[in-house]
Amino acid sequence: MLDPDLLQLQAESEAAIQAADSAALENLRVRLLGKSGQITALLKALGGMEPEARKARGAAVNELKNAVSTALDARKAILDEAALTQRLQAERIDISAPPRPETFGTIHPISRTMEEIAAIFGAMGFTIKDGPDIEDDWYNFSALNIPAHHPARAMMDTFYLQGQPGQRPPVLRTHTSPVQIRTLLKEPPPIRIIVPGRTFRADHDATHSPMFHQTEGLVVGKDITLAHLKGCLIDFLRAFFDSPDLPVRFRASYFPFTEPSMEVDIGWNRKTGEIGKGSDWLEILGSGMVHPNVLANCGIDPREYQGFAFGVGIERITMLKHGIADLRLFYESDVRWLRHYGFSPLAPAMLHEGV
Amino acid sequence: MKFSLSWLKTWLDTDAPLEAIVETLSAIGLEVEGVENRATALAPFVIAEVIEALPHPNADRLRACRVNAGGAEMSVVCGAPNARTGLKVVFAPPGAFIPGSGITLKVGEIRGVKSEGMLVSFRELGLGEDHEGIIELPEDAPVGMPYALWAGMDDPVIDISVTPNRGDALAVRGVARDLAAAGLGSLKPLVAPSITGTGTSTIIWKNQFPEACPYILGRTVRGVTNGESPDWLKARLTSIGLRPINALVDITNLFTIDLGRPLHVFDADKVAGSVLTLRRGNGESFAGLHGKPVMVTSDDCVIADSSGVQSLAGIVGGEATGCDESTKNVFIECALFDRVKIAQTGQRHAIFSDARQRFERGIDSMLLPVALDAATSMVMDICGGTPSLVTEAGEKPDWNRKASLRFARLKEFGGADVLPDEAVASLEKLGFTIYRRDGQHVELDVPSWRNDIASPPALDQREAAGAEKAAAGAAEIEPEHDLIEEVLRLRGLDAIVPVSLPVPSGVPAAMLTAKQARTALARRMLAARGLMECVTFSFLDHNIAGLFGEAKDLRLANPIAADLDEMRPTPVATLALAAARNVARGYGDLGFFEVGPAYMSSSEQLLVAAGIRTGETALSAIQPPRKYDAMDAKADALALLSCLGVPVEAVTATADAPKFYHPGQSGVLRQGPKIVLGQFGTLHPSLCAKLDLPLGSVAFEVFLDAIAEPKRRKKAAPALPPFQPIRRDFAFLVSADTPADALLRAAKGAERNLVSHVALFDRYAGKNLPEGQISLAIAVTIQPTEKTLTEAELDAISAKIIAAVGKATGGVLRG
Repeated sequence: MLDPDLLQLQAESEAAIQAADSAALENLRVRLLGKSGQITALLKALGGMEPEARKARGAAVNELKNAVSTALDARKAILDEAALTQRLQAERIDISAPPRPETFGTIHPISRTMEEIAAIFGAMGFTIKDGPDIEDDWYNFSALNIPAHHPARAMMDTFYLQGQPGQRPPVLRTHTSPVQIRTLLKEPPPIRIIVPGRTFRADHDATHSPMFHQTEGLVVGKDITLAHLKGCLIDFLRAFFDSPDLPVRFRASYFPFTEPSMEVDIGWNRKTGEIGKGSDWLEILGSGMVHPNVLANCGIDPREYQGFAFGVGIERITMLKHGIADLRLFYESDVRWLRHYGFSPLAPAMLHEGV
Repeated sequence: MKFSLSWLKTWLDTDAPLEAIVETLSAIGLEVEGVENRATALAPFVIAEVIEALPHPNADRLRACRVNAGGAEMSVVCGAPNARTGLKVVFAPPGAFIPGSGITLKVGEIRGVKSEGMLVSFRELGLGEDHEGIIELPEDAPVGMPYALWAGMDDPVIDISVTPNRGDALAVRGVARDLAAAGLGSLKPLVAPSITGTGTSTIIWKNQFPEACPYILGRTVRGVTNGESPDWLKARLTSIGLRPINALVDITNLFTIDLGRPLHVFDADKVAGSVLTLRRGNGESFAGLHGKPVMVTSDDCVIADSSGVQSLAGIVGGEATGCDESTKNVFIECALFDRVKIAQTGQRHAIFSDARQRFERGIDSMLLPVALDAATSMVMDICGGTPSLVTEAGEKPDWNRKASLRFARLKEFGGADVLPDEAVASLEKLGFTIYRRDGQHVELDVPSWRNDIASPPALDQREAAGAEKAAAGAAEIEPEHDLIEEVLRLRGLDAIVPVSLPVPSGVPAAMLTAKQARTALARRMLAARGLMECVTFSFLDHNIAGLFGEAKDLRLANPIAADLDEMRPTPVATLALAAARNVARGYGDLGFFEVGPAYMSSSEQLLVAAGIRTGETALSAIQPPRKYDAMDAKADALALLSCLGVPVEAVTATADAPKFYHPGQSGVLRQGPKIVLGQFGTLHPSLCAKLDLPLGSVAFEVFLDAIAEPKRRKKAAPALPPFQPIRRDFAFLVSADTPADALLRAAKGAERNLVSHVALFDRYAGKNLPEGQISLAIAVTIQPTEKTLTEAELDAISAKIIAAVGKATGGVLRG
């Protein structure tokens, strides 16, 4: 039981503490517990007391000191908490506001398709070759079994450069097939290559662009048959369109550089544009067994080696896969179109992530 | 090529439905482009009888008719003057779409009289111009029957695209033969009457150009009456969109389509003299039947009479000697022309005729006498007249060719399981005949109409080891491939079981070369930096190309448009145009890149990663937008180089970029004295003005071919000392033209082992500095490696840095 004077001091102190703000609280601590504080003075006064009285008084003063100290700490905690709350309140930002702007770049759909093609054919053991856009007409035509008078040459709407007087003018390659010739001349079979690249034809309307892209494919070996051609292209188309049961149809056709030649159709729904559904057919690429004359033009004996070749229009399969309607916008570089159809650079085409 | 189903059936005996025919045509290489049936559009129109036609009670010119169209009697108001009681007419019920007027009929009331349909004219049916009155049908026309069916219009017209190798399929009979060989019925034989003429032809051939025309026949038919063709002939031609002209001309057109055998008819009385000469052109001109003048050259084969050129042989005839209604005596030409010569002449004159199309693809060289007799016979049937003996020039062609097939090759090459008997049978159906056969192979005679099979090899070899052996191989094996192709296409290629390519190993090797992988990485890097990838044309207006570099031999001879007539010297040129288009649309703050070709000459092409930025960074409340500047372009280029494995500390910039950049805000990025890695800068203000680009637009180019192949080396373990790095700041007074790079390099090199990084953080020019001097402030990071450094040691390093900077740049520490 405290002495009455102590009780009174405790009551007064606690009342003052409860009412104190941060600054007043510090003053109170000094006034009560500081070097010359009231409670400190009471403790000091114990020194001059009788041992018996000192013991009782001492316990009482200490009890008072502890109570006041606890009250001070508690009040401080409350005030600190309030101050923090107030600060946090003051520091509030508008989290609905937009952050610092970042610009996101995109990969063009044509590049994306080329990457996907590379990933798929890479898994089948192909490598990529490239060649010049400006070609000698021997590589673009003659070596590919398209002699000068051939109707197919006229059908190709070839662009020519003005060239040098007295020399045959160079051509802008009308297909990626010249790289077949460059490869056959340079590398002994077996050969498995694809050739994605720019191609040019003098045709410009809603469905033709004077510049477009193709991927050539060439496989040459000792025992490559037409069944491999079919297997390879079916495997590719089903992987590319992510449609394991995609119907694929082969129709006889004619290209000067292959024999037999065939056009390849895939099943789709003409009305909805859905690939692999519906009962319509859509022509998607040309292919065939490499013509013996092409091999012979490159010094390869067609009795010894045989193989197949194909050409895919990159824009065409891109439009089909992504439902893009207008060919011309591929080259227009309209920033709105690029943002809409472009791909993230951080998600490149990888088979294990899915193309 | 177009033909109607009924026309096809004149040669093909088949029960196959249209769908099967169409599907088979496409499968065997005669791709169907379309099928049209006029009867489909006319299906609602039925034959009816006018029970009674009375004057309309409220209109003088109208008639109120009661009509029987096979069902309940109907009331029809009709305005035609010939609507009369008892007439057989064509009736359109409500709901029918009227092709001639574009309306869909409804039940109506015309001046108080109900009208439940319409009686139509030929024009309203879209079948002609006749609109004098409604169609009048014969009395025996069956009421209730669809009109188109009764009129024989229920005949689908099939349009196929014939590939350049298949001259034989530019004939209805040839198409029928293919279908028969594919199992859709049987080919009817060609039964041609043999005509024995009397008297020599009043016009004879003289051939002075046998290389162009190896063989030619002709004969006159005297005393013909030329006029409109009979209905069946007109109907056949109109069914495929050909306009009937007169019987003689229509007969030649029929033979062209029916047998793929172009003929020409001269009005014998208009031919000057009695000789038609095949010779080289000589710069003369004549009026062609296609309505245009033709100026012939010495490379062209022409047919001339004594007054001059009358025909471009095998391509187009002349107006002056053409047949018309007044023709009494006709001379029929039936020739074999050289395919290549025809193709060249056709290309030279850009004349596309049915005759050229067939001659350049090759016609049946054995059909000449038969076709001439058949045509003569038809002329006599339709126009009367007396035929002469045949006049001919040149020699009967020697077409005999053989082709062999080893049965095993059907599997080894074609991947197909075909029994030898099946293979031989389908070839026989195509007209091949067996020369000899054993268990392993068959040797066949090639039919005269298949110019594409076992044709003489046309190689164009460049010098290569083994060229001779390869040529022999092609000559030996090509005919066999021709036969395999025939067998496989007739069976349908879908019958071949696909086989996946055997893979060399379970885990595929990387498919890209280091350079190709780098190209892909470049795209990703630039896109990750906020640039959008574009694909722009390789060609552009030569005037604009000229702004970006000296034009060499890169002009197109036949540009498709004037603004696409030269190959671009750098992708920056076409990117600038792309940016300008977007600016014009109101999208002026943008960043584009392209990884694509720059054309140096017709034999040199570089792969360039180029980019352009225009306008400002995006608006924000957090940080103010700023204009893109040359340093953004430099950052793009350096980031790309770094990402592609170029040590950026080894890259220096020199101020000698091409002229399309701002001379004071551009640089060339070099690695050592020789290698140019790229260039960057603000685009020249006058270029921006010309292209309508915002001033201050910036661009960069990185020459991907110039970057060395990255070495695959294992990295050494990194030094990771446990001591805290120390930063010391210095400000140097240097002359204003001092490159900051020199100062940074000097500071970095002052104590290589301890200075880990130097950053330029302030550049000050202006007040309180001596004239011509600037202050460059750098922060040097010192990374102790062995122990914590003492103040004295740090002071010593600072002194070294100050000395090194002073030596390299003349700079002094700013007081």
